[in-house]
Amino acid sequence: MTSPILTVSNLTTSFRVEGQWKSVVRNLSFDIKPKETLAVVGESGSGKSVTALSIMRLTPPQSSKIEGSIKLNGKELLTLPDADMRHIRGNEIAMIFQEPMTSLNPVLTIGFQIAEALILHRGLSRSEAEAETIRLLEKVRIPAAKSRFHEYPHRFSGGMRQRVMIAMALACKPKLLIADEPTTALDVTIQAQTLELIKTLQDEEGMSVLFITHDMGVVAEIADRTVVMYNGDEVETGATEDIFASPKKPYTKALISAVPKLGSMIGKERPMRFPVVDRDTGESDVPVEVPDTVKAAERPVLEVAGLTTRFEIRSGLLSSVKGRVHAVENLSFSLMAGETLALVGESGCGKSTAGRSIMRLLEPLAGSVLLDGVDVLKLNQHDLREQRKRMQMIFQDPFASLNPRMNVGTAVAEPLLINNLATRSEARDKVADLLERVGLQPEMANRFPHEFSGGQRQRICIARALAVEPRLIVADEAVSALDVSVKAQVVNLMLDLQARMGLGYLFISHDMAVVERVSHRVAVMYLGEIVEIGPREAIFQNPQHPYTKRLLAAVPIADPARRLQKRPVSNDEIKSPVRPADYVPPVRQYREVSPGHAVMIWGEEWEKKDPAAIAA
Amino acid sequence: MAGSTLASPSADPAAGAAVSQVSVSPGRETWRRFRRHRLAMASTVVLGLLVLGVIVGPWLWPVAINEIDFSAQLQGPSWSHPLGTDDLGQDILARMMYGGRISLAVGLAAMVVATIVGVLIGALAGMSRKYADPILMWVTDLFLSLPQLPLLLLIIYLFREQLKAIFGVEGGVFVLIVIVIGGLRWMPVARLVRAQFLSLREKEFVEAARAQGATKMRQMFRHILPNALGPVIVASTIEVSSAIIAESTLSFLGLGFPPDIPTWGRLLFDAKDQLDTAPHWALFPGAAIFLTVLSINFIGDGLRDALDPRRVI
Repeated sequence: MTSPILTVSNLTTSFRVEGQWKSVVRNLSFDIKPKETLAVVGESGSGKSVTALSIMRLTPPQSSKIEGSIKLNGKELLTLPDADMRHIRGNEIAMIFQEPMTSLNPVLTIGFQIAEALILHRGLSRSEAEAETIRLLEKVRIPAAKSRFHEYPHRFSGGMRQRVMIAMALACKPKLLIADEPTTALDVTIQAQTLELIKTLQDEEGMSVLFITHDMGVVAEIADRTVVMYNGDEVETGATEDIFASPKKPYTKALISAVPKLGSMIGKERPMRFPVVDRDTGESDVPVEVPDTVKAAERPVLEVAGLTTRFEIRSGLLSSVKGRVHAVENLSFSLMAGETLALVGESGCGKSTAGRSIMRLLEPLAGSVLLDGVDVLKLNQHDLREQRKRMQMIFQDPFASLNPRMNVGTAVAEPLLINNLATRSEARDKVADLLERVGLQPEMANRFPHEFSGGQRQRICIARALAVEPRLIVADEAVSALDVSVKAQVVNLMLDLQARMGLGYLFISHDMAVVERVSHRVAVMYLGEIVEIGPREAIFQNPQHPYTKRLLAAVPIADPARRLQKRPVSNDEIKSPVRPADYVPPVRQYREVSPGHAVMIWGEEWEKKDPAAIAA
Repeated sequence: MAGSTLASPSADPAAGAAVSQVSVSPGRETWRRFRRHRLAMASTVVLGLLVLGVIVGPWLWPVAINEIDFSAQLQGPSWSHPLGTDDLGQDILARMMYGGRISLAVGLAAMVVATIVGVLIGALAGMSRKYADPILMWVTDLFLSLPQLPLLLLIIYLFREQLKAIFGVEGGVFVLIVIVIGGLRWMPVARLVRAQFLSLREKEFVEAARAQGATKMRQMFRHILPNALGPVIVASTIEVSSAIIAESTLSFLGLGFPPDIPTWGRLLFDAKDQLDTAPHWALFPGAAIFLTVLSINFIGDGLRDALDPRRVI
């Protein structure tokens, strides 16, 4: 067997926190062979990113120390002088980061930024570097590479920017590419494209990849071997197939069982809880279908008809309207009590705007939103506050949606006090009750949000939303920012609360696998419009619209057997909903596939994008 | 790991539970945290001593501030004159204690006026999504571009007599100076507050408050303002020093207090001609201004940290 490219043995990285050394990675050992992809997977705080930074020696030198040994082609990196290490970075090990939107300099052209690396590292002349840059841009499948050479980063979408970052990383033909969560900030279809691209490039260039991620689905798609980390320790290392097929450690079992798998719900009518796995024993309970909560006989809690929200883009001296963002166009659906309707789509499809318009946090242009028969959009400020008791919202980022200056008890009690539903002493009892209901201790009321983890904060947000006993909860990407195991717990909590309180959920998400698990019905949004709506099973088993099909095909599946299948790399970008000022949206027709399953009749623009057509 | 950060050490539920066993009111908690901030506590003591000194000092050191003694001109510190004397043989300690009352009062009052006006205007501009914002910011820019001295002259000529009639000679000048200094120094605070409001009002926790039915006032004062206070406290503590200096400028121009009232700024101004022969004359009032400004700044820092529960103190 060939000797490994990178050998890490007994790596221990510590940071100095308030004068004390705290180890963040302990005794980690692995090696990467030529042309191999190794995934390091773990939840937040598991030390996987620190591992990558340690290999590059990018941790702050004064307040951190790296012990053990890191050998690149037999050369010890930890004892290398700084100047030599700089030569290694970029030349032999290249790195791509999570956030493509901020990792390019916005005032320099794309071409200049790549060419600069070539001139610096490979000593090319400017004209040679330019030719090489165009070759690299073509290599990462950027359409019309030559003409985009002189463009600035803001004209590129997130996925395209990540391609540029990859091109930059490839500039010096590195032996090892470290990819730190390169697809986490991207939409699923773009993520699928990027993963395919990395796989293809790895074949072409013959480099090794160290892939850092929290997503078991992505691991299954890309990695030959996998290192599972938890809290700075290596839990399990092995071939990806073995890790998935027969995980040995309880933690790995827990992690894998918490990953929602697309297609696991075939034949189930109602949402299902996630299995709960004990992290110490590895034993799992058997998940059950939730009881039937949908009150189909009653009038729907929420009836939305013709909801339209547009934002005007003004510019010029007299701020005339230069264009409009058609964020939400003619949205219509209804939601029963005790039912979960999922609104899915990729970034920019208007799903969050739809949620905020329904809550009337934004003022929609037209349409009606009937909440228990009352049109929310026609209420004045006073009546609207009254009506908001009946609908509440849970936000995506549990770190931003709690006021950092307010302790948890005050935050949860606030809606009660605002709406005069309780006196101060009553509110205190109610808060204790609510915190217990979401699985927290009542004593936690005196603590501040920063003392809680992400999952606990999301529970606090749920408690706050429940305080006024709403009928409808708009959950805007409520579990997207959470780690898988925490995500499973929060979803289970939401399902329990729905069964107990008969809540209607408008579950806004981009994560198809979670949606499949929790929803009764699904609406797929594209460019502000619903392209397909229907019962969950119909959408997932019998998708009609090309966009729904594409979305489902792009979801990474936690099944390593699929890894070797190559899918064609398409270069489609997500289209923008910005239209000229005089744009008149077309009138859409819907076709009923089966009872309750309606699909928009699509035009010719979709025909050529059919996946089968690309493959041919 | 979108949106996640490393858990803080206290994110461990068991660790946190032990700390907050005893329930304390937020006010007490802030005071407890403030007390742990050593520099801020030391500064509170220093400022307290300064204030106490100028209030009770004149009783403990009953020397007339205008007693001219030509036999003791420009003397250095001694037992009979602990801080020395000026060119007319007047006792500097007595003069500083008398003038300190005015300087401190002017500095603090002007700061309060500037901060209140600045916060109000900044908050209104920052919350408005329609016309109030541009209009208020035009006004702010207008005030920033006004030539201050001619304006001061005008205001003082127009209003000095009326105010003197109402508040007496010193009181009238005091009110006038506080209004003038405060009224011309609120702009930086207003711009700062507006910028903070613009970014904070889009935060999800404010949106969450709106979704719960919070009124605009509640969003402003319970959710946004407490989070915007940090920079405001720092900016307004700097106002104290500039107000003390501005007062001496006004007095020098003959627009402030009469020249025989020895405010700290006035003392510094008088001492500047004798810096080489009698440095103590400038040093002591200078040190008093320096100590005041420094301690108020540190108190500001301490307050900012104590009010922010995220900071570990």
